Amino acid sequence: MTDLSATYDLAVVGGGNAALCAAITAAEAGARVLILEGAPKTYRGGNSRHTRNFRCMHRAPMDPLIGSYGEDEYIHDLMLVTKGKTDESLARLAIRSSEECLPWMKAHGVRFQPSLSGTLSLGRTNAFFLGGGKALVNAYYNTAQDLGVTVLYDAQVRHVHRDGDRISHLEVDIADQPVTVNARAFVLASGGFQADLDWLARAWGPAARNFLIRGTPYNRGVVLRDMLDQGADSVGDPTQCHAVAIDGRAPQYDGGIVTRLDCVPFSIVVNKHCQRFHDEGEDVWPKRYAIWGRLVAAQPDQVGYALIDAKSIDLFMPSVFPPVKSDTLEGLAEQMGLDQQALRDTVDAFNAACRPGRFHPTELDGLATEGLPTPKTNWGRPLDTPPFYGYQLRPGVTFTYLGLRVDSHAQVHTAEGPIRNLWAAGEIMAGSILGQGYLAGFGMTIGTVFGRIAGKEAAAHVA
Amino acid sequence: MSLDTPLDATAEARRQIEICNACRYCEGFCAVFPAMTRQKSFADGDLTQLANLCHNCRGCYYSCQYTEPHEFALNIPAALAEVRVQSWERLSRPRALAQVFQTQGVAIAGLAVVAMAWFIWALAWLKPAGGAGFYAHLSHNLLVAVFMPVFLLPLVVIAASLRAYWREIGGGRVRLAHLLTALGQAARMTNLSGGHGEGCNFENGDRYTDRRRVFHQLMMYGFLLCFAATASGTLMHYLLDWPAPYGVLTPPKLLGLPGGVMMVIGAAGLAALKLRADPALGAARVWGGEMAFILLLAAVALTGLALFAATGTGLVGALLALHLASVMVLFLLMPYSKMVHGFFRLAALVAEAGKPRPVSGGE
Ligand SMILES: Cc1cc2nc3c(=O)[nH]c(=O)nc-3n(C[C@H](O)[C@H](O)[C@H](O)COP(=O)(O)OP(=O)(O)OC[C@H]3O[C@@H](n4cnc5c(N)ncnc54)[C@H](O)[C@@H]3O)c2cc1C
Ligand code: SF4
Ligand code: SF4
Repeated sequence: MTDLSATYDLAVVGGGNAALCAAITAAEAGARVLILEGAPKTYRGGNSRHTRNFRCMHRAPMDPLIGSYGEDEYIHDLMLVTKGKTDESLARLAIRSSEECLPWMKAHGVRFQPSLSGTLSLGRTNAFFLGGGKALVNAYYNTAQDLGVTVLYDAQVRHVHRDGDRISHLEVDIADQPVTVNARAFVLASGGFQADLDWLARAWGPAARNFLIRGTPYNRGVVLRDMLDQGADSVGDPTQCHAVAIDGRAPQYDGGIVTRLDCVPFSIVVNKHCQRFHDEGEDVWPKRYAIWGRLVAAQPDQVGYALIDAKSIDLFMPSVFPPVKSDTLEGLAEQMGLDQQALRDTVDAFNAACRPGRFHPTELDGLATEGLPTPKTNWGRPLDTPPFYGYQLRPGVTFTYLGLRVDSHAQVHTAEGPIRNLWAAGEIMAGSILGQGYLAGFGMTIGTVFGRIAGKEAAAHVA
Repeated sequence: MSLDTPLDATAEARRQIEICNACRYCEGFCAVFPAMTRQKSFADGDLTQLANLCHNCRGCYYSCQYTEPHEFALNIPAALAEVRVQSWERLSRPRALAQVFQTQGVAIAGLAVVAMAWFIWALAWLKPAGGAGFYAHLSHNLLVAVFMPVFLLPLVVIAASLRAYWREIGGGRVRLAHLLTALGQAARMTNLSGGHGEGCNFENGDRYTDRRRVFHQLMMYGFLLCFAATASGTLMHYLLDWPAPYGVLTPPKLLGLPGGVMMVIGAAGLAALKLRADPALGAARVWGGEMAFILLLAAVALTGLALFAATGTGLVGALLALHLASVMVLFLLMPYSKMVHGFFRLAALVAEAGKPRPVSGGE
């Protein structure tokens, strides 16, 4: 039985990538570390267990990464997606440190594999975890265990007690029993608040109740709320979240990567009134997939319908649930609960606006419709070859942007200055770097870099 | 979730594989995941092939974010194990034998007892007038008359099974290159390396270990050495007119002694690992049959070694009965026990080698 009357050197709140990187780093520096993971063991690892890669700077090829990916290109890519809403010095710190993360991760048990099929475009910039994020999380838990770190599951931190410029203790529910945990230093790595639908609804409006949450149900932002209520500096827009369009049949929580749908560029997408609402062929999918969550969220009942015909059904990654299928458009409309005539009218108008030309699925082919109020500017082929297929789309939330503001030491601040024994890492502070938008693989980079910084600083503090 | 009937098991594997095909995180572990990316939908034969490619390393279980209590309830090692065992049962003739011996360790033991009784009877009643060594107990001709069919008939059954397998999975023309690729993979057990070379997740939870690969290879190469020993003895008997008994420095002994020792170590290791491994990640209903099969291999090797050690003593007769009985059961059950996995596995690897390399799914 774990002795909770003892005072640990460091208590880490959360059990995902950032928490584990902090715990391992501090334990290697000699600290006595306790990890408090709110989820049961079977669900340990938060959203980190859903990940597949991290984005890594490298000046020369570095297994499994090919070519090179320098600081300037990396920051340029980041600035592009965040439209400049980025703390550049923290971002450069994360980018520069990412290069030494790869060997560190390997040394602590993470194994890599060549870029997954269907993601060749990321083979230079993103290192893929063999077995995905859960394998990474497992490796880190094993490493932590070997270093003597104590791990408690089902340990939900309710309150981080601030006493002036220090944290004195934590109030934790361990298997539903209230417990006080004492430590000399604390790292907060408990993720965002996207699993708290009430909070999302307050920020977004009632429509948020129709959102699906792609990751863990355990990231409810309890610790974030508690810190904000105690005057911790915050950063990031509370009304924003990163959402993509996913399969409407996905579970409410934890559907993860498989519920994504890559069919939009080869579809026409309509709302429940059978009206198109955005250019499906605006750009290649990796550059556009993140906007469709918001687009669908803005439609009535937060739902969209992607319609494909036999010509295009094999052009994208398989879906986790088979599409609705029918030999006629009317049959498809009926199965999807859409008005048959309205859908027929929309498809006829769309087909009439298509022009002949060369279709090329993997590049911007300029095959555009003509004369439609909402054009389709690439891959614009008529929907005319049965069988027809359909997917229901819903917004799936990946993460939220509101977080704790930290400095380059990962230290948490209030208006009166830094809290001397408190650091934060991972999604709970990612808003310090990512103001909006998202760059694939950057979440794990932030968690690894700042988790290691937090662990090192905390260990130095108690040494 | 019931895995009782063939239809259920295949349908369940299809459900799970379709989830994997939309995920692909496990692509680096083994040949199963790259192979599945060739398709969007999976016919029964496709699943049979994927199941026989799987080596039950369990890497894809421990690293899966969708295992229970998640509603997707993924357990690929168990789902494929069940389809695999059912394919061995379904494709062998007569099926009933496979159904009994794959599952029931007791049946294997029972058959061994019967064989033993027969040999004891034969040794007592058919004792030849002359002959040296073993042949003083049982004539060479009688041994050949018994073991020829015991060895060849099961091979015929297996050949028919493999033909049926090839038809079911839609295998193409076999070229030498495919065969060599497959043999190379089997020789190194590439698919148990975990993709990173640190082994599998068989018996130690989510930590990788190479023990299963090591013990399996000891067993496999040990068995092959013993087989080569027997073959060399046969050749010496017929071609060189040099009948047994053979001295320590002759091929049968030089091959057979280390082979037997390797098999004993391999069997002990595999049995120990099996006791530690979680039965829910394999085909739990055949656990007894698989364990009995390991013990049978151990019995073959141990009695063989004991027989050698007992040379010239009064124990030879009894040990001979034990040894011959265990060898006989091993051969007889080749098509109907875990032994058949080697043939199917190799066929699956050959079929996979003959297919176009999986291409990227497009993004
Ligand atoms: C489907 C999906 C795929 C993704 N793919 C990628 C990818 O490929 N690459 C990438 O870089 N990023 C990806 N991301 C983003 C990535 O998951 C996050 O950026 C990253 O995991 C954040 O790590 P973290 O450690 O901060 O949080 P998490 O891994 O979410 O960990 C938070 C932990 O805190 C625990 N917790 C929460 N509240 C409490 C509490 N009150 N008390 C105790 N513990 C608590 C949780 O149980 C959890 O263990 C993906 C996200 C999703 C949803
Ligand atoms: S076993 Fe799980 S993690 Fe692995 S490919 Fe399948 S769904 Fe993905
Ligand atoms: S158990 Fe191992 S060999 Fe079988 S599919 Fe999973 S990773 Fe591949």
